Amino acid sequence: MIWDSWGAFWEMGGSGPFVWGSYGVTTVLIVAELIMLRTRRVSSTRKLNRLMRAGHGRKLPEVQGS
Amino acid sequence: MSTSESRFNLYHYAAPQAFYPVAGKLAPIFAAIAVVLAVAGLWIGFFKAPTDAVQGEVYRIIFIHVPAAWMSMFVFLVMAFWSAVGLAMNTRLSALMAQALAPTGAMFCFVALWTGALWGRPTWGAYWVWDARLTSQLLLLFLYLGYMALVAAIDDPRRRDKAGAILCLVGAVNVPIIYFSVKWWNTLHQGASVSLTKAPSMASIMLSGMLVMALAAWAYTISVALYRVRVLILERERHADWVRGELARLGEAS
Repeated sequence: MIWDSWGAFWEMGGSGPFVWGSYGVTTVLIVAELIMLRTRRVSSTRKLNRLMRAGHGRKLPEVQGS
Repeated sequence: MSTSESRFNLYHYAAPQAFYPVAGKLAPIFAAIAVVLAVAGLWIGFFKAPTDAVQGEVYRIIFIHVPAAWMSMFVFLVMAFWSAVGLAMNTRLSALMAQALAPTGAMFCFVALWTGALWGRPTWGAYWVWDARLTSQLLLLFLYLGYMALVAAIDDPRRRDKAGAILCLVGAVNVPIIYFSVKWWNTLHQGASVSLTKAPSMASIMLSGMLVMALAAWAYTISVALYRVRVLILERERHADWVRGELARLGEAS
């Protein structure tokens, strides 16, 4: 085992703020991306459903490629 | 499209309608792979890899810094590839693939810069230097953000796809500049520790932790991009009957 205790693990030989600052921000960004993706999926599905029910689905001015 | 076609046909999956369910099946598989690999990689990185003789513990940033930096460059190249395919073959799905990858690439690009800053401070004495490697990586972040802003700003889907694709192809020139910057210029950033042409200049346990984390980043990117492209497909193909059916199904489920 590399670490004598959990205290030593969190301290990272005095580099704790740099190491955990790196891993922490990365974790936050990944979680944020997943939440944003979910939010977009839910809101987009809701909006498209509303448009469809309102019967505007086919009238929207969009050109489709083939 | 023939349904009686029994052999695998790649062009079949170039149709959004055919790709949508495939993406739905693959995305959770890659998500599971990403979780398993990340746990394994972190275990190796924090509990198997020894303290570095020169840098002490701070080197453990490498297990996210290098995979994130690799991913940020690679994702942009993949976006450029799909952009080229989209422009050449006029396939709708290609541009959507590029657009689905961009936010994840941007995230990894920021992570590479952020972890690099936190690694640079204790080892170089500075969070940031205007070194060729760091500057070209910062430019990559601006290219990602510029691409996302451009794509978000254009309403007409065809013009959006085309403009985004051109930005991607032009911006991709920056990727080899980042990669070779440590060779071409005298940079503070160290040269490659891992390359295809010579043996890696690091302990094998450290290297294996880094490679496992790199594979985790790959699996994560594939999974998230597939989930995102499904949303983009629904938005783009909203007039199609199959999308209306799918929306009705999703509407009932939520």
